[in-house]
Order: sequence, then structure tokens, then C-alpha cells
Amino acid sequence: MFTTRKQYEPYVSPFDPCVPIRVKTYVTPPNLYIPFQPTNLPQFPLHEALRKGTLWKVFYDPYYGPYEAKKGDGA
Amino acid sequence: MKQLPKEYYELLEQLQMVDFALVDLTLYLDTHPNDYQAIQQFNQLAQQRKQLKKQYETTYGPLQQYGNSYSNYPWNWDDTPWPWQV
Amino acid sequence: MWIYEKKLQYPVRVSTCNPKLAKYLIEQYGGADGELAAALRYLNQRYTIPDKVVGLLTDIGTEEFAHLEMIATMVYKLTKDATPDQLKEAGLDTHYVNHDNALFYHNAGGVPFTAAYIQAKGDPIADLYEDIAAEEKARATYQWIINMSDDPDLNDGLRFLREREIIHAQRFREAVELLKEERDRKKVF
Ligand SMILES: [Fe+2]
Repeated sequence: MFTTRKQYEPYVSPFDPCVPIRVKTYVTPPNLYIPFQPTNLPQFPLHEALRKGTLWKVFYDPYYGPYEAKKGDGA
Repeated sequence: MKQLPKEYYELLEQLQMVDFALVDLTLYLDTHPNDYQAIQQFNQLAQQRKQLKKQYETTYGPLQQYGNSYSNYPWNWDDTPWPWQV
Repeated sequence: MWIYEKKLQYPVRVSTCNPKLAKYLIEQYGGADGELAAALRYLNQRYTIPDKVVGLLTDIGTEEFAHLEMIATMVYKLTKDATPDQLKEAGLDTHYVNHDNALFYHNAGGVPFTAAYIQAKGDPIADLYEDIAAEEKARATYQWIINMSDDPDLNDGLRFLREREIIHAQRFREAVELLKEERDRKKVF
């Protein structure tokens, strides 16, 4: 399988006035890892598929913000 | 002003659910035209969709016009609420 | 031709009257990587691309109009009955004096929509790569809006829209594979 969140550590100068963000996160979505969708991949039941925005489980990659109860996996 | 009953939202989501699967399958089939199983699933859902449309329209009015739905008397296509209002 | 269906693609909800969030959202309405630009981009490319991907461009282009309607619904609900004072507080005073509560095709910075947002090179690969990039940019924009929003219902709808961009990018990548014509070859020989 693959991961859809990656991190890097930007250079921090002693002369950067904003509080430095030590670790930055970016997204590598599922479509980067599946060059051509194979047939018969597992699906969500229809009511879940609508809510999740995809019929196929492999593409499901939700994104939550810092204000949301589910811990933010954004920044 | 009349308010829509709880059942309206349930039936609407039922329709949205089936239609969503049909949209996602459509895009998939556009790049996988030879997937027999997916086409079977598509046709099955299309049939289910037809039933739901009928059920929805008898209670809540036409989903499409230009003749893709029947009309009551008087003409009920432009009855409120519109999708963004519900 | 196109036929309108009197329903949204997804059940859109918002939790509070919050014009500030509408101001952010308008980026996906009339912005460079927004839903209008996407719909027009894909539908316009159909006329000069190999037949085997025309269906995909038609169907994704059509879905983008459904997304445009979802964004409009979110903006409508976030600003409906908001007073001039509330709009002013949200930084929408300059919008209000020109448009009242009307939606307008501009981005979050107030720049009007322009056809220059939409490239059309006529080269199938260049155009499909443009589409893939457009989908990734739209996905990123949804992330930045979700980061700014404390409205859980709104974010639920935005998450749906963001997920659709992932699917669209996937299909455009597959369209490129189809045009390379190496997949069929493998089967034949
Ligand atoms: Fe898209």
C-alpha cells in the first residue's frame, strides 16, 4: 500500500521573524499510485460511497482541517 | 409556506446515492469500456434509478423538464423549492 | 444539449450564517482553478481530442457544473439574509455595494473570471496534462478552504468535492494511458 501524507523539514534561519514551522506536510493523493485502475476493486456500499465521494475504497483519502474534531491532518 | 417532510430528504438522499454510483461508474466505464461486470452493475443501478425517479416525482414533482418528466396540472416544474433552497 | 436535473449531486448543508466562509468559497466559483473554469475547460477540449476520450471530457465537464451548483448553494446558504453589517464584517462590503447579495463570477480576491484561466493547446497530451494539473490545483484549493473553515457541515460538502477531484485526476491519467495505446498492444501480442 501507499501513504498519502508526506513531510519535510524546511530550513530555519535565526532571522525568520514568524514562529518557525519545523515540519511541513503535503498530500500525495491515491491517484498518484494507481496508473490504471484494475477491474473488480472493492467498493463502498452505496450510501457510504455518496458520503465519501468515491465508489472505490482505494481512492478514499479524506482531508480534515485544524478546526475539526477528527484531528487535522492538513498542515 | 409549506415545509418539506423528513421523508423528502430521505428519498432525495436515496436518489442521490444511486445517482452518485452511476456517475462514478460512468467515468470509470469511459476509460474501461470492456469491464463486463461494471456494465452489469451500471445497468442494474440504472433500472433502480428509474423506479426511484418515478417514486420521487409522484410526490415531489418533476426532476427534469423539456419532456423528460410528466407534468401535473397546473404546470409544476417551477414550483419551489429549488435545489439550493431545501 | 444539456438537461437540468432539479436536485443537487450531494446533500449540501452549512451550520451557521457565515459570509466570511462564502468569501473564501467564491474562489471555487469564479477562480482560476474553480468549478466554472473546470467545466468550460473540459467541454471546450472535446472538439479537438481523439474520439476515445471525448466521452470522459463530456462527463467530467458535466459533473463540474453539478459542483458549481453545490458551491453556489453553499454561498447562498452562508449569506442568505445576512445584513449589510454582517457582510461588512466579513469583508464583503465592497462586494455588497456592487452586487448586493448576488453571486458573481470572481475569485476570493475579487478578480473577475476570465477566459484566460482556460488553456486550449489542441495537443491531446498537453491538454490532458493541463486537466490533471487543474484537478490537483482544485484539490489543493479545497484543502486550503477546509483549513480556514470551522463549519463541520460545510467541510463535509467540501470533502466530497475534494474527493471528486482525486477521481477526476485518476480518470484523466487513464485517458493519457489510453492515448499512448500501449495497453491494447500488450493484450494483442
Ligand atoms: Fe474536477
